[in-house]
Amino acid sequence: MLSLDVLTPLAGELPLLVTFSGGVNWTVGFLTTAAIFAIVALALNVQWGYTGTINFGVVAFFGIGAYVSALLTLDPPGQFENYVGGLELPVPVGWVGGMIAGGVLALLVGLPTLRLRDDFLAIATIGIATILRSIANTQEGLVNRARGLNGVPRPLEGMSRDLSIDYDLVLLIMTGLALLVVFLVVRGATASPWGRVLRAIRENEATTQSVGKMTTSYRIQSFVLGGALMGLAGAIWAHRIGTIAPDSFDNLTTFLVWTMVMVGGSGNNRGVMLGALVVGFVWFGLPLIQEELPDFLGSRVFMLRRIAIGLLIVGFILARPQGLLAEEPRVSRFAPRGEGGGGSGGGGSGGWLGALRMRLRGRPGEGG
Amino acid sequence: MTEILQLVLVGLVVGSIIGLGAMGLTLVYGVFKFANFAHADLMTLAMYLAFFVYVDIGLVGGHIGPFSFGWGMIAAVLFAWAGVAAVSVGADRFVFRRLRARQTGLLNLEIAALGIAIALQAVVQAIWGSAPLRYHHEIHEAWTFAGGLKLKSDQLLFIVLMPVLALGLYVLLHRTRLGTAMRATADNAPLAEASGIDTERVRMATWVIAAALTAVAGVMFALQSQLRFDAGFEFLLLPMFAAVILGGIGNPWGALVGGLIVGVSQEVSTEWINTGFKPAVPFVLLIAMLIVRPRGLFGSSIGGSS
Repeated sequence: MLSLDVLTPLAGELPLLVTFSGGVNWTVGFLTTAAIFAIVALALNVQWGYTGTINFGVVAFFGIGAYVSALLTLDPPGQFENYVGGLELPVPVGWVGGMIAGGVLALLVGLPTLRLRDDFLAIATIGIATILRSIANTQEGLVNRARGLNGVPRPLEGMSRDLSIDYDLVLLIMTGLALLVVFLVVRGATASPWGRVLRAIRENEATTQSVGKMTTSYRIQSFVLGGALMGLAGAIWAHRIGTIAPDSFDNLTTFLVWTMVMVGGSGNNRGVMLGALVVGFVWFGLPLIQEELPDFLGSRVFMLRRIAIGLLIVGFILARPQGLLAEEPRVSRFAPRGEGGGGSGGGGSGGWLGALRMRLRGRPGEGG
Repeated sequence: MTEILQLVLVGLVVGSIIGLGAMGLTLVYGVFKFANFAHADLMTLAMYLAFFVYVDIGLVGGHIGPFSFGWGMIAAVLFAWAGVAAVSVGADRFVFRRLRARQTGLLNLEIAALGIAIALQAVVQAIWGSAPLRYHHEIHEAWTFAGGLKLKSDQLLFIVLMPVLALGLYVLLHRTRLGTAMRATADNAPLAEASGIDTERVRMATWVIAAALTAVAGVMFALQSQLRFDAGFEFLLLPMFAAVILGGIGNPWGALVGGLIVGVSQEVSTEWINTGFKPAVPFVLLIAMLIVRPRGLFGSSIGGSS
């Protein structure tokens, strides 16, 4: 079985949406899921890893992207359905719409909170996911309530049929390309002077202000960029699975993405993608060995993996706060390669590899 | 009119629960300076620890007066207090204290607290399951008062218990050496340490006191509605934070008033808006407060007005 139940805490509550057989098919499905989560992790990395703003409502931005994209692209509501929209627009328009929705939500939450103490945003974002889910579940005529939206169009399905390519493979390639684009955008943004201001804010906001940077404005920009990318990921998710319901967007998704970022390495874009892969593998792989586990554990595998992600977050903060791949200390490719100029430039992954390389080289700063 | 008054009454009950929980949260916030995102799940843990004594072990005892629960509930609350205190102190010793010593910044403490919250919630779910539970299944009649207002005996107890516990906390903070040390630590920890106060001991005492409020509030919530493994994170965390910010961070009396405001406005709002929007009420209050007066209604200090 494939656990596409990432968004549902308990197995068996929803019918499995996609059935895979065999390891290859599982891998294709898993990699697609991991790629979508990697986009969300990159988005959170912009907010937390680079700027140091806490977003505990990741799933709200992901969910609003999914819903907006679905409503833009769905057929008009049928006899027993009741939702706004159903505009039958092409899928890429839905993606852009989801992105805009995530960005706008981030702006609305960020404006009143980001100029204040660091932790106010964390508190504000905690509630936003619960509120949106509650409204989606109860407000008639908005998003078809708990019945959810069905038949969200799947992009390029016709083409895959014509060329007789397995659709899951098409999805994987498409999602992978989206991830690549998001990675290049995030890397470009965070390596730019703009990104350096974000890091400076994270390290010391007062000092950054003293050199004339409008820090609140930068924090809002970074939060909106992150929110928009989360919205995009949600949109891709909606079109991938075809059916979305309010309860599938619960806080577990937020926790999972946080674990990916903390394990992979806050402030390192490759790191958080690695985190998405590693944590995702543990999360989705664990139910596969459910049968092999002793009954006592097997029946509780869905709770065990949640205990595991909680402990992973705590464990990494305590024992390896920099994550699997540490942030690269060199902030620009134009910066001189001096003290702490980890890695050897192109392809150097910094972190422990860079540190090891420097140690082997003897004196730091003489390599390049 | 009666309808509104009835909603206000229920709001006061809910507000008492939120207020008591928020008092513990704000106490920790004041002394440790970080938002403890595990607080609501500690409350969930308290509900289930009491369930363990009251139902799993079956220590019910004879009914206390008109209330829906027996004498065993007192033992159950004490057990929940001990359990929550042990988990809090343990989490501090193994996680928070190390991060404090490393001076990595408060945000890391908050993320660690989230990790602890996730694990706690899942542990509760693994032991007691996902289905909602109750301490008892008897039907508990409400009393009817003048004007047709209805209130259950338990609910009346909650409304009375809240000021009693608040008064106890006031005496503790203002009339004992420990309380003075706690207020000093909250105001300026290095200075308190320099004047010979054992701030680590004060911090442990803070966890234990907060745990008492958490245990009572948690059991009250479970009596009022039911036990759910996600009750804390889903239903209590945001209202409690709203109460803390309304009242001013670190200000227990502010949190109490904030809790009542949140509880009453949450319930009364259902007269005009769809109940699905209920969780949005504390959020709107919180945002409005942050825009208008981020210091809170009463300023932020454990000593009260600052």
